[in-house]
Amino acid sequence: MNTKHKANPHLYWNPYFGGFLLGIIIIFTFYLTGRGLGASGAMKSSVVTVVENVAPKHAESNSYYSQFIKEGDSPMNTWLVFEALGILIGAFISGSISGRIKWRVQHSPKITTKRRLIFALIGGILFGLGAQIARGCTSGAALSGMAVLSTGGFLTMLAIFGSAYAFAYFFRKNWI
Amino acid sequence: MGPLIPGGYIPMEWDSIIAIFIGIAFGFVLEASGFSSSRKLAGVFYGYDFAVLKVFFTAAAVSVIGIYYMDYLGYLDISKLYVHPTYLWGAIIGGVIMGAGFVTGGFCPGTSLCAVAIGKLDAWVYVIGIMIGVFIFSELFNLFEPIYDGYNFGNITLIDSFGWNPYWVIFVFAIIAVVAFGIADMVRKRVKSVFY
Repeated sequence: MNTKHKANPHLYWNPYFGGFLLGIIIIFTFYLTGRGLGASGAMKSSVVTVVENVAPKHAESNSYYSQFIKEGDSPMNTWLVFEALGILIGAFISGSISGRIKWRVQHSPKITTKRRLIFALIGGILFGLGAQIARGCTSGAALSGMAVLSTGGFLTMLAIFGSAYAFAYFFRKNWI
Repeated sequence: MGPLIPGGYIPMEWDSIIAIFIGIAFGFVLEASGFSSSRKLAGVFYGYDFAVLKVFFTAAAVSVIGIYYMDYLGYLDISKLYVHPTYLWGAIIGGVIMGAGFVTGGFCPGTSLCAVAIGKLDAWVYVIGIMIGVFIFSELFNLFEPIYDGYNFGNITLIDSFGWNPYWVIFVFAIIAVVAFGIADMVRKRVKSVFY
């Protein structure tokens, strides 16, 4: 099994098997903690931490940052930050087993590395902004929301996929 | 009896350690399913790879069925679970912006973390982008506040919104997922293959 993986680093799990295990993880997360998974929360905590250290007065007076600043505790001391650290470790283990660890920029052969990086930056900015407006990303709002039939979770999921399909035509050169 | 930590069955001190272990499982499954590759993820929007659709909706169906089953059998009290709140326009506008970001950058935050872990430099740039996005939102918070805090319907579910029977909702959702998987396979056969 292992040698076969090494020979073909693009060999991934059957998507239904991966989805089934992911579903089990979500059930387990709700059973233990009463809440779902998340990802963008850790990046928000990082931004709050940086701003709080660079400009403490500004962070306190801003009505968004100040919601996440706790007296005598770092904004990094949250469940989602520890979970995000786990994501990095888990993905690293999986990548190591399958021989996928490598410094590289992945892009379509039809576009340049520079173009890929510029679009990755723009995409990140948009996703970061949208995830704050919707109070969660694909993991926290859509996936974990849908697991408990949250109306907002379903709305966000429909909006993400609907808009991505609507915009797909304009960005087709980057992917196909 | 569940959820265990809020119910006091597991001490709060374990919370962060459990968070790391859940994260490891989450990251492992995402990476092993190919979600560290932006070209695989973007395939769902062009019809050459439907891994996102299959993994995402299988996970959603399995988790909602499992959670309601555990509630039915008495292992888990659904009323004690955190339901993602519904801020109507925040959910829609935020989702539309995220969708544009998804097809532009090829990742979502969770998948970009997986790609960061295996050394994809485009994912590192993407994560920096997310932080810039969060920064822009926070600095312009007054501008976004009306949609962020407005149109709040509370922690409602589809059951509250439409008065539907949850078991029928889940059944229909599972049927829709299976039909979508079938359609996805038919579409994929007609679309020109993309190798990546």
